Amino acid sequence: MKPILEIRGLSKRYYLGARETKLDTFREVLQRGISAPFSALWGKNGAANGKIELQPFWALKDVNFDVKQGDVLGVIGRNGAGKSTLLKLLSRITSPTLGYLTVRGRLASLLEVGTGFHPELTGRENIFLNGAILGMRKAEIRRHFDEIVAFAEVERFLDTPVKHYSSGMYVRLAFAVAAHLNPEILVIDEVLAVGDLSFQKKCLGKMGEVSRGGRTVLFVSHNMAAIENLCSRGIVLHHGQLHYDGSAADAIQYYLKSLSTKSGTGHLVDLDGVGERISRVAPLLRRIEFLTDDEEPLIEGLAIGARLKLNVHFDLPKPMSNFNVGLGFNNSYGQRVFTAHSIFEPNRWEAECDGQQVLSCEIPSFTLVPGEYAVKVWLDLNGREADAIEDAAKMTVLESDFYGTGRVPWNGTMVLKQRWHLEQAANPSGMDMKSESQTGQPEKLARKSIAEG
Amino acid sequence: MSTTFEQTIRPRSGWQPIDFQEMYLYWELLAFLVWRDIKIRYRQTLLGGAWALLQPFVAMLIFSFIFNRLTHVQSDGPPYKLFAYAGLVPWTFFSAAITQSSNSLIANQQLISKVYFPRIFIPLGAVLALLLDLVLSLALFAVMMIYYRWPLTLAVFWLPVFLLGAILAASGAGLILSALNVSFRDVKYAVPFMVQMGLFVTPVIYPERYVPQRWQALMGLNPMAGVVIGFRHALLGSAASWQTVCVSLTVCVLIFVTGLVIFRRMESRFADII
Repeated sequence: MKPILEIRGLSKRYYLGARETKLDTFREVLQRGISAPFSALWGKNGAANGKIELQPFWALKDVNFDVKQGDVLGVIGRNGAGKSTLLKLLSRITSPTLGYLTVRGRLASLLEVGTGFHPELTGRENIFLNGAILGMRKAEIRRHFDEIVAFAEVERFLDTPVKHYSSGMYVRLAFAVAAHLNPEILVIDEVLAVGDLSFQKKCLGKMGEVSRGGRTVLFVSHNMAAIENLCSRGIVLHHGQLHYDGSAADAIQYYLKSLSTKSGTGHLVDLDGVGERISRVAPLLRRIEFLTDDEEPLIEGLAIGARLKLNVHFDLPKPMSNFNVGLGFNNSYGQRVFTAHSIFEPNRWEAECDGQQVLSCEIPSFTLVPGEYAVKVWLDLNGREADAIEDAAKMTVLESDFYGTGRVPWNGTMVLKQRWHLEQAANPSGMDMKSESQTGQPEKLARKSIAEG
Repeated sequence: MSTTFEQTIRPRSGWQPIDFQEMYLYWELLAFLVWRDIKIRYRQTLLGGAWALLQPFVAMLIFSFIFNRLTHVQSDGPPYKLFAYAGLVPWTFFSAAITQSSNSLIANQQLISKVYFPRIFIPLGAVLALLLDLVLSLALFAVMMIYYRWPLTLAVFWLPVFLLGAILAASGAGLILSALNVSFRDVKYAVPFMVQMGLFVTPVIYPERYVPQRWQALMGLNPMAGVVIGFRHALLGSAASWQTVCVSLTVCVLIFVTGLVIFRRMESRFADII
């Protein structure tokens, strides 16, 4: 049987800087001569006549693979690896520069949750509109209507304009419509990174159902757990090229390994050649030192809530006092969970400095949940980013007994000190109201329990 | 759903044939886009659908005061108010249609960069959604006919032809302008100006015979000239110079075909540059 999806030599070229130098008005076109407007209109790039230098950039280069019917393929890669471009080509939003792809079956793509939702329309109206935009027939939508509404849990608000929806309801409704598409091939971009945890689980469950139904799914995500759970096969893209094609578990291994060889480990990270560096001025950042209690080097990983001290070594190109260092911590889903920056320091140094410097950042209690964090470091000179390294280093927060109860925090992004006690319940209700308004205590407690849940 | 459905996506550049089969497959979406535009047009307005009537009606009152009372433009038979309104009905449709459709792609850029469907439906939908306003203003026209006791003639059967002309001209211009607007936001500024000037070069507020003989042929090149003359002929039984009307309607068809072809050529790059 022929593969349901055939991708051969697929390439897509963009022009870097095309956004900024894009010809926005006729005047600019006219400035480039009389013949230029036509080439601009008809898509030949204007660089040929040498007026504007556009850097060609291959978002995807010579990618070849087949997808068999029933495959659930995870597409993995860091930001800018070409994942989104691949999905856009598959869903025909943009056309390839070279190569071709053959699709044998109805393909539906879900690159964003709620595409085409109109805030002024009601939930009911948006279900129909969004369904039609995603390629469903009216009869099909009608058939699945009750299921969609039940899945989204918005029965009571069906006739309310979605602009009055909470963001959670909005996302639920949008995913519900998409989840009831019935294509032979389903293409999904990172749409599960939205909504609350229980809904994410529900979505993953629905997708699992879809893929077990023998349908072909292409799934892009940074959530390795989701890829591992759902996908039978994985491909790794890197700088627009296909680097790995194999089982999902192997592809994840390959990807993680390629990441960890790129970002530094150990307590002293030499910033030469690690991560993804963008030096607008010069490569000024030298190294990062990770220290913990008693200035001990951080080797194994940090216990939750322990002291973290980071020394950032860098050079200043000329004498100045307005320089700052930022440190960003991303969790394994690529979400920034914490940013430290020296502009937040109230007692700043005034002195003018030059040459080699060390800025030290001390975090008395590092309260992120256990896991691996990628550290981004950057240097600002006179308020502008001069040097930046994404994924410069890896740092692990260990599973440890933060609360002193023998229980390891497992959920959320951070831990916070909390106190619980049982309120006396014997008070008459009138008295109770009074004491509540006086102390505000029950309100605080309520909020805490929500945060925990 | 058949597994025999097969499609190969290749690099696209240059002229493309128009894919009528695909448009047929997606026609329900066109209906939904029209429905959406109608639904949201007058949401959260005080007067709602009355706006559709108010615009040509107030314009008619003002024009009849300025041109009929002050400068004594004559209407050749029917009361001037009826005469002006019969011209303003198609003109209001046309001007609103090209204004809306030329901005439609930009207004829907989120859709264009996130999901595939025949892009042509966006400007077409914007034009078709305005047909409801046109029908409403025709209903008001019927009331005015009764008020002025002006008889309807058999010529009214020509109305669909001229209506089609107006739709083709508006769609064609809308397709070209919306496609240009993706790369050149100049269109946003040019269109209101064009619409304003268009009112004066089209015989909306004056009868066609006011245009000197040697300019008549040139007037035929204005697609809306024929449409407006035709509307007046169909609704009021006014005389029409068939030569001008025929040339004009041909121009309507040509604009539409040109619009389709140009749009088709440019659409493959919309998602990349919008």
